[in-house]
Amino acid sequence: MHSVGIVHPQSRHFEQPLPLRSGATLPPFTLVYETYGTLNADASNAVLVCHALNASHHVAGRHDDAQGAEGWWDNLVGPGKPLDTERFFVIGVNNLGSCFGSTGPMHPNPATGRPYGADFPVVTVEDWVDAQARLIDALGIRQLAAVIGGSLGGMQALAWTLRHAQRVRHCIAVASAPNLSAQNIAFNEVARRAITTDPDFHGGNYYDHGVVPARGLRVARMIGHITYLSDDSMEAKFGRELRNGGLGYTTQDIEFQIESYLRYQGDKFSEYFDANTYLLITRALDYFDPAAAHGGDLSAAFAPACDNRFLIVSFTTDWRFAPARSREIVKALVDNRIAVSYAEIDAPHGHDAFLLDDARYHDVLRATFERIAAEVAR
Amino acid sequence: MSERRDLELIAELVPPGSRVLDLGCGDGELLAHLAARRGCTGYGVEIADANIPHCVKRGVQVIQLNLDDGLALFGDRSFDVVLQLDTLQHLHNTERMLRETARVGRIGIVSFPNFAHWPNRLSVLRGRMPVTKTLPYQWYDTPNIRVGTFADFEVLARRNGLRILDAFGLHGGAMLRRWPNLRASVAVFKFERGADA
Repeated sequence: MHSVGIVHPQSRHFEQPLPLRSGATLPPFTLVYETYGTLNADASNAVLVCHALNASHHVAGRHDDAQGAEGWWDNLVGPGKPLDTERFFVIGVNNLGSCFGSTGPMHPNPATGRPYGADFPVVTVEDWVDAQARLIDALGIRQLAAVIGGSLGGMQALAWTLRHAQRVRHCIAVASAPNLSAQNIAFNEVARRAITTDPDFHGGNYYDHGVVPARGLRVARMIGHITYLSDDSMEAKFGRELRNGGLGYTTQDIEFQIESYLRYQGDKFSEYFDANTYLLITRALDYFDPAAAHGGDLSAAFAPACDNRFLIVSFTTDWRFAPARSREIVKALVDNRIAVSYAEIDAPHGHDAFLLDDARYHDVLRATFERIAAEVAR
Repeated sequence: MSERRDLELIAELVPPGSRVLDLGCGDGELLAHLAARRGCTGYGVEIADANIPHCVKRGVQVIQLNLDDGLALFGDRSFDVVLQLDTLQHLHNTERMLRETARVGRIGIVSFPNFAHWPNRLSVLRGRMPVTKTLPYQWYDTPNIRVGTFADFEVLARRNGLRILDAFGLHGGAMLRRWPNLRASVAVFKFERGADA
């Protein structure tokens, strides 16, 4: 299968401030995005891809730089792939507060001329979606053929149907949830505390000190990473394997391969990810709860989505966003007699499965996009 | 149940425009047929991974669930018709499923292989479990963990307070109303929840 090849990020500036759910207003802002494929004459073949915690607008293809990084969903998006760029105009957009180009805490606050740091407004999934809608406007797209996302990206896809139901036809939410459980919020809180208690954090204004709270970020990533894998996949990959063949009787050095792996993941992450972004994005996850405005009634929350069509996908070994949570979404849709299909894929990889190319998973996505493409052609 | 004629005979039991839940919908053939020919809407429920993309391609809304886990996803009387075709015999909790069918739909339609079909009786008389077109498996590898007869279902339905609205046998694409327990390879029942159930 082919790749979309070399891709170039673009950016769009929005002069009109964005009203946020918190009541605050984000001053003029910039969104960085990439597109793949060609928008058709009536702008009816656009698919928006929403990213999760640590990803970006770089969904597919490769960047024309030294790293040549591959897009995070390159196995899904490209010519002849399930989300076929020969048929669809695919948009990846970087969310507000991120550290990959769109306006974020490391950018200057127009009020002070200094980096926002801790003063970057708390943004929500709904705010992201409203900003994405501005980009869709700017690209001349009245209605998206589909919006798709995994995990936190799935929450954005769901939020599109709740806030802009008329501007999207299909919603595909993979390994997602209608809100975070207490356990999930707890994991996020451990990660946040790791960052905010790092002496290099400086209350979020570490940019001024020329340091980054790398220790906090490392631990945050280690915690997160554990929850993205299943017990079985971790056991299969590492088991109790020792790094040096035998016990070293040390409490501080690496003994087990799993330790080595987590430290490596943590180190890598702390080199490219921003601590304030991590705090903002985990908070957006915590806050997402569309049922809350309806007394906890998720079915009532989905009533505006009556004309949308949904595909919900979960993975049996995903304990961070378990199938039961996806079934809650399905039930709310069924209660509203909304068109929904649901696939529960028996994959061993835990939450990470949504990024992998399990054939059963990709077959369902391919079938769904074929169906959508047929509608577009009509 | 893959035979086209059987499918059409069962489809005729479904009132046009019905909201349908098809439990064990396979590749979605019947639901697609009901949508195209009878203007029906609704969902299929299916467990097999391979069938899900087929349903999606056909435009059938399919929900991947194990029916042995029950129908908690669906509200009381939320469908006009609940279909359970060639499915009942694969379930561990057949009786609960039947009650769930009656809870979720106004009308239930079930079909299953009739073990009392005469060639099966002959086979058992000869001392061997039958292997036929409708029951194509050996006893040790069959997914049909329940074997029942046309007459057995009447008893089970009564036991669960279901009122039988129609019942007939199918064999070779023909509807059999005389001696179905003997002559039919497939039993079909249409029922509703009785007043006291």
